Formats: sequence, C-alpha cells, structure tokens
Amino acid sequence: MINALPERELFAPGHSACAGCGAPIVARIVLKIGGPETIVCNATGCMEVFTTPHPRTSWKVPWIHAAFENAAAVASGVDRALKKLGTRDRTNLVILGGDGGTFDIGFGALSGMLERGHKATYVCYDNEAYMNTGIQRSGATPKYANTTTTPAGRSVHGKTEFTKQLPFIVAAHGAYTATANVAFPQDLADKLKKSFAFNGPSYIQVFSPCPTGWRHPTDQSIEIAKLAFKTNVYPLYEIENGILKINRKPTQATPIEEYLMRQGRFKHLTKEEIADLQQHVNADWERLLKLEESGLRIF
Amino acid sequence: METHIPERISEFVNNGEFDCEMIYVESEHSAISAALGASATGVRSYTATASQGLALMHEILHVVSGMRLPVVMNVANRALSAPINIWNDHQDSMSARDTGWIQLYVESAQEALDTTIMAFRIAEDHKVMLPVMVCLDGFTLSHVYEPVDIPDQKSVDHFLPRFAPIFKLDTKKPVTMGPIGYPDSFMDFKKQQQDAFAEALQAIKKANAEFRSELGRSYGDGLVEPYLLEDAKYVFVGLGTICGTARVVIDRMRNEGKKVGMMKLKSFRPFPEDAIIAALKKADAVAVFDKAVSFGQKGPVFSEMESAFCNQARKPVIHSFIAGLGGRDITLGHIEDAFKKIIKERQPSVEWLL
Repeated sequence: MINALPERELFAPGHSACAGCGAPIVARIVLKIGGPETIVCNATGCMEVFTTPHPRTSWKVPWIHAAFENAAAVASGVDRALKKLGTRDRTNLVILGGDGGTFDIGFGALSGMLERGHKATYVCYDNEAYMNTGIQRSGATPKYANTTTTPAGRSVHGKTEFTKQLPFIVAAHGAYTATANVAFPQDLADKLKKSFAFNGPSYIQVFSPCPTGWRHPTDQSIEIAKLAFKTNVYPLYEIENGILKINRKPTQATPIEEYLMRQGRFKHLTKEEIADLQQHVNADWERLLKLEESGLRIF
Repeated sequence: METHIPERISEFVNNGEFDCEMIYVESEHSAISAALGASATGVRSYTATASQGLALMHEILHVVSGMRLPVVMNVANRALSAPINIWNDHQDSMSARDTGWIQLYVESAQEALDTTIMAFRIAEDHKVMLPVMVCLDGFTLSHVYEPVDIPDQKSVDHFLPRFAPIFKLDTKKPVTMGPIGYPDSFMDFKKQQQDAFAEALQAIKKANAEFRSELGRSYGDGLVEPYLLEDAKYVFVGLGTICGTARVVIDRMRNEGKKVGMMKLKSFRPFPEDAIIAALKKADAVAVFDKAVSFGQKGPVFSEMESAFCNQARKPVIHSFIAGLGGRDITLGHIEDAFKKIIKERQPSVEWLL
C-alpha cells in the first residue's frame, strides 16, 4: 500500500531519531501528502530536536518551532498572516506535536485554535509519554505503564489512571478528528487528505511506537503498532461532521496480553491488571461500535 | 489582555476602518505565540497586555527576541499579584527586563502613540530585529482620556514603509526557524542579540530624530529626555507619567531659585549609559524614583544608575525612592520632599514612600 503514496520526499534523511522511532514515519507521510506548499509548526519534543540541530535541518518545507505548549497558537498566527498575504488557499498548514505537548501542556492552545476554527491540521504523534524529557507519564500514558514518574514500585504498579480520551474532546470542538497508526500509512494518508480539504480545524492522532520508552526491540515497532490495532488497544476511527466511523476492524480481536508482553513497560503486570486493561479495551470498543451503529451526530 | 487597546482596535476593524486580522486568543501565552507565528510569516504583528498577562507571556517573550522577530507590544504597566491589585506600578515590565525586548517608557497618551509608531521602525531595522515593548502607565494613561494628535495615514506610511522581513515562512523559499542550538552555537546567537542592542541605541535616536523632522514631535534624543537639566544640580530621574508630576514640582522650585531638573529615562532596554552620564555630568545629587523592586536587592533603575556611575571619576550622590507600588499615589509633595532631601543629605539613601 505504501507504494501508492507520492514518491517525492520533503522530509530529509540523516536526522538523529532513535532506531525504530515512529515519529519520522509520521513526518514523512505528512509531507508526502502535504507537498511543497506546506508550512509546519512544531511543538518542542523529540521531533523538533532530532530534525533541527542547527545548522542542519530535515525540513524541505518552511518550518517553525517556538515552545512546548504553543504550537497551535503559533499556527493560529501563521494562518491569519497567510490570509493577509493572500496565500492561505494554496498552503497546507500542519501542526506537529507529541502527546505531552498535545494532551497536557499544549491542551489550552489546542482548544483555542480549534474553537477559533483555524484551517490547520494538528497531527499528534502519540508515543504515550513525555519521551524527549525522559519517559515521564502524560495524559496519554496507558494505565499500569511503567514510566520514570510512574515506576512499577512495590506499592504502586505503574500509572494509576486510564488514557485521556482526547479525540472525543477535540471532536466536541467541531473539528475533523481521526486516529491513525504508523503501521497503516495509506489510512493516515487518506485522513491527511481529508483534513487538508476540510475548511476548518482537523486533528489526527497517530499511534507511534517508541522503542526507547516502551522498551521493545527497535525492529518490532511496526509489529507492535499492528498489534495495537489487532487487539483494539488503538482503534482506527474518524469523526467527520460529528459522525463516528470505524475505518478498519480486526476480523477477530487478539487478546491484549500479546500486545502488552512485547513491551518492557508492561512486563510487571499481574493477571488481574491485564484483565482490568482487557475489560477497559473491550468496553471502549463496544462503545465505538454502538456509536458507529447508531449513526448519531454525536457533536 | 490590556482591555482598552484591543477594544478600540476591534471597533476599528469591525467598522472597516482598519485592514487587520484580529486573533481573539484564549490566553496571553497564546496571544504572544500567535503574534510570533504571524511575524515569522512576514506580517507586522502587534499585541497589548498588562500585569499578570505579561507574566503569563514571560516564557515566549524570550522566544520572540531569540528568534529576532520584530513584534511590537504595548504594556499598560500594572502591579503583579499577590496581593492581587489592578493599579499601576512597573513591577510587570521590570520583571521582564531580561527577556531581550527593547523597553521604552512613555509619559503621555501622545507619547504612547508616537512611540508605538516609532517602535515598528526601531524593531524592523535590519541591524536591530528585536521586539519592542512600549510601556505606558496603567490607568494613568490606559484608562484616562486626553487629546491626542493622530498623524495622517500618508505621513505615517512615509515614516513607516512596508514591513520587509529578512526571513519568513515562505513555501517558495523554505527556511527552518527556531531550531535547537547546541552549546557550539547557542552562545553565538546570544552574543548577536546583545550586539543588536548596541545597534538599537542608534536606531532609537534615528527614529526619534526622523519622527521630529517628518511628524514634528520628538522626546529628547529618544533615549533620555531632559527637563531644565542644563544647569541643574539636583535631578529627578523617573520613567513614565510620574515625570509629568515632577515637571510641576520643578517649575515651582525653579521659581524659588532652586537648581532642580529632570532626566526622564525613556529607554530602559537598551540602558543608555553614555547618554545618562552625559546628561548628569553637572548634577550633584540625583533622586531615582522606582515603581518596582528587585526583592532582596534595590529599585531596578536605581541599581543600574549606580552601576552606570561606578567607574566615573565625577559622580552625583544617587538616592533611591521606592514609590507608587500597586497604585499608591505619588504626590507633588512626595517629589518636593525628595528634592529637599537630596539637596540636604550628602550620603546616598534608600527610602520607601509608604
């Protein structure tokens, strides 16, 4: 399927991402679909660090980074400036941020950008923790995951909360909202195309493995990303005009244990904890199926 | 956000009198971030704030100056919490003095308008490329009305031609803005910023002089503004509207034959050390009024005045007065008493006008 993507590369090789990192795959596909008429606003994070060690850069399109929590606000300024300059219609405006910069610290700026209705595509590469600063928990970190701030200790076994349901919060702003996965490039490409065509704000949250933080072999990133789909841990869906659609369903859901046991961050889990996660995943999946079946305009 | 300025601008825009894009952001942090993004895209960008809003912007103030984006901002100077207080002092902008922004303080509504126009010229000068904060006293200027001569569009356009950025986000000529600077490059960027402030001293003087020749008004040399300073032995030093009060006191005391005068400090960043030393070369004693405190140290303007003169063979006795915090009134009597004190006392002193 990847052969169907445009050949032109606007994301240069030679960057310093860890082997097996999902983030450069996201950037590469974003620019393949966005093309040369794309401007990127990047939040502070791994992506910004590994692509722009001065004086080198991986970006063959205009790119700007200002701070951790304000990428959506910077993009709001870029959007209106382009309008003033008369080049708004021919430009794809992309915001790139990790889950920390999106779910947590940049949440206010993201909400403001969505509420004002800026025409921009916010792409969150979701590796489920603050990886750049050293694997600290974020609002996107799954329950029980071992991070440096939620260590699997003797009395507390990793993170104690489930993941924040950010796509639904974003969709409630009226944005085109989708989840995606680096193991499904064509699905991500289709969603990017939709977002660029949408005359308003879009949000695409891409499952993006981090071997360093998740502690799995670097050659298994895509395998693990596929398992996230097969187990329904990370369903592929979109909310367009307020209506939810599941883009792809596993023929038969794989037990979550298979996904968990491939990663060091979940190695400490007890049978009960795995069952708790399985139950949560099942409930979320059931809810998605019902929402889709209802055809209701939920936002 | 400072309220009156964006309210009036919104009226201009919504009545079709001002061709500008307004972005109604959710916080001051996003206001300065949106101004940063717009400026980087190649348009003239402006915002206004005050007090807690400026404090909320603080992180991004450093980023705007580090990225050398010529954003202009009005700060309606007001106190910082706690206790929460909405009235005037200079604690907000003084706490932002090391963010790499040029800081110009104004005395009247007319000076606020004129200086804001000049600020774009200074900021966008290719030798400068630094953001400018035009600081006007909250309430005393931001919430009172006084007649202002608004120059016509043609004259302003002549004084302030179209914005010509050196770099911008342009898909025809891609650039990477705001990369990571490792130890091998970071310090060089910082040195360039410091050097740009030396250029700013010239650019401010030039903008002030050209404003005078084109629009008929000026404020000293743009850096400091003297008032009856030529033969003054005892000099008041302050920033902003307090200088208006000082003028009245100086006039009265001059009538009594006292050799008093004023040096209004207009540019605090860059700190115009040479201009200050030259302006005060005949002074015996100076009363520095600070509307802010560097806690655990002294008044910020006072400290820098001391620093400016520390290696001078001839220096005035410099006295510090901390006054007007959180909107406490500074009366004619306060300034007159300060003059009487510096005429009498031969040793430097620090006094809080409680």
